[in-house]
Amino acid sequence: MSDIAPSADTLLMAKPAPRSRNMGQILRWLILFIGGIAMIMPIAYMISTSLKWPHEVYNVNLIPEEPTIENYTYVLEDGRFYWWFVNSIIIATVTTICNLLFDSLVGYTLCKFRFPGRTIVFIAILSTLMIPTEMLVIPWYLMSQSFGWLDSYWGIMFPGLMTAFGTFLMKQFFESVPDDFIEAARIDGLNELQIWWTVAMPLVKPALAALAIFVFLGNWTAFLWPLIVTNSVDMYTIPVGLSGFGDEADVAWELIMTGAAISTIPTLVVFLIFQRFIIRGVVMAGLKG
Amino acid sequence: MANLALRSLTKSYGATEVLHGISLDVADGEFVVLVGPSGCGKSTTLRMIAGLEETTSGIIEIGGREVNNLEPKERDIAMVFQNYAIYPHMSVKKNIAFGLRSSKMPKADKEKRIQEVAGILDMVDLLDRKPSQLSGGQRQRVAIGRAMVRDPAVFLFDEPLSNLDAQLRTQMRLEIKKLHQRVGNTIIFVTHDQVEAMTMADRIVIMKDGHIQQVGTPEEVFHSPANTFVARFIGAPSMNLLDGRLSGNHVTLGAGTAVSIPALQSGSEQGVLLGVRPDDLHPDSTNPIIKGTVTLREPLGSETLIYVDSPFGEIIAKADGRTPPQVGATVQLGADPENLHVFDAVNGDALS
Repeated sequence: MSDIAPSADTLLMAKPAPRSRNMGQILRWLILFIGGIAMIMPIAYMISTSLKWPHEVYNVNLIPEEPTIENYTYVLEDGRFYWWFVNSIIIATVTTICNLLFDSLVGYTLCKFRFPGRTIVFIAILSTLMIPTEMLVIPWYLMSQSFGWLDSYWGIMFPGLMTAFGTFLMKQFFESVPDDFIEAARIDGLNELQIWWTVAMPLVKPALAALAIFVFLGNWTAFLWPLIVTNSVDMYTIPVGLSGFGDEADVAWELIMTGAAISTIPTLVVFLIFQRFIIRGVVMAGLKG
Repeated sequence: MANLALRSLTKSYGATEVLHGISLDVADGEFVVLVGPSGCGKSTTLRMIAGLEETTSGIIEIGGREVNNLEPKERDIAMVFQNYAIYPHMSVKKNIAFGLRSSKMPKADKEKRIQEVAGILDMVDLLDRKPSQLSGGQRQRVAIGRAMVRDPAVFLFDEPLSNLDAQLRTQMRLEIKKLHQRVGNTIIFVTHDQVEAMTMADRIVIMKDGHIQQVGTPEEVFHSPANTFVARFIGAPSMNLLDGRLSGNHVTLGAGTAVSIPALQSGSEQGVLLGVRPDDLHPDSTNPIIKGTVTLREPLGSETLIYVDSPFGEIIAKADGRTPPQVGATVQLGADPENLHVFDAVNGDALS
């Protein structure tokens, strides 16, 4: 029997190049480190600025010379901020719930039912992703005006009650629900709405969690449309309200940063609760997509 | 419980007809197995009975009632799927109880029924577990439990044992058979495994390319196959088929050997295929018909399968397990005349 000659692959495996591998590892860590710093710095500066007195705001030092919580006291005692916070909570929560219901219903229908025009409907929904918000605000405004929704919750919420992205995400996740489950439930006597709610929805919880975070964050930080559709200060959301801190002469950055720091708390809480689902959801969405 | 009838059932996808007028009567309490190779239409037939596929034409009757236009839930059937279809987010108990969701049965009666089914399937201790904590066999039992709890007129099984390993499959085969003896419901069972069909069925329906080839008891389809397809599909290893010519009640094989078939009488000479199962073909027979050289042996313990190179191609026969012929040895293989089958060489239909 002849000896087996080592292949090129075997030789490569037998003699790894440790130096180049280590260099690659170092480079990867370096890139990640720089990325991490780039992500953390704005947050660090936001907190730092919120703890500064007005005269120190334009100093780039990260640690305030005379830290103060005076800004927090001012913002929290200011009645306007309370209303902006409540408005943002209501809008983000209602929009999130509506998205979870409507996007999953449409996604489920497009995924599990065969009907003429199904692909066209799906493509039509997806194609709306290509239209920038800036192009939509004028029609949205005209619609709000004709419905009498200007300067109201409905006016702020209606464009985002259902999203093409959410529909796409849910459709992709429903693909992972075996048809056997649906058919078994059909035989067991459930109607289609019951099957969606009882069988399919619990199986796509990671996607629902991911979608909930995306929608909540998107609406919590939305600026352009709430700015356009609202007139009265009491209807502002946090981003719109914060942008108005200050006067003609100066912008009160320390107050804006304080408001921003407070407004991150709900999103942080939501993220911490759902992060396990989000990561799984995002990974699966990437795989399925 | 109820009888089931299929009348000239057809199914088309677009212009392609995949079922060509299936007719079948299943008696109340009968265990019928639909068997055939992939794509023969057995699962489609089952799904049409369940109401999961629309019928192109023909009639389906359950308990004497036409059910073509009824929803699956209105047909009084329960189905066990190949992939179990048990819900991973529900406990075993909730999975079993799921079948009773739409029932108007009082809660206490539902609970009693669940416990009863769990008892029959030996799952009382598993009721609080999630499906991920169960073995393949236990999951299959949960799926059967969910079907049983509704006490349907007809049970439909769609290749339920395909995902199990060989040992578990044998065990579950027995359990389903015992279950049928105990509850006595009508069962339609789909499989591609002829051993499952033979061991479980009261009657077997053998299908090919959307046509029923034969309906009969396991003994009938094994001993009296209707055509060469059934002859080769049922039984392992498959039946040997040898070219020959029939004249009177004699078949003359290519090598010149004349074999007498007492049960057969043909007026004119015609080309035939002489069928003989490996189980019936032995090297020490008193009625030798084929001569060849042993090329391979497969010891099975008490018996040994021998592969013989003959003028008809490769022939499989069975030899004694203790003294099988050696590889390279020349053997004379023979079979008793009553174990020989004759088929028309053109259309494959049985003549004997």
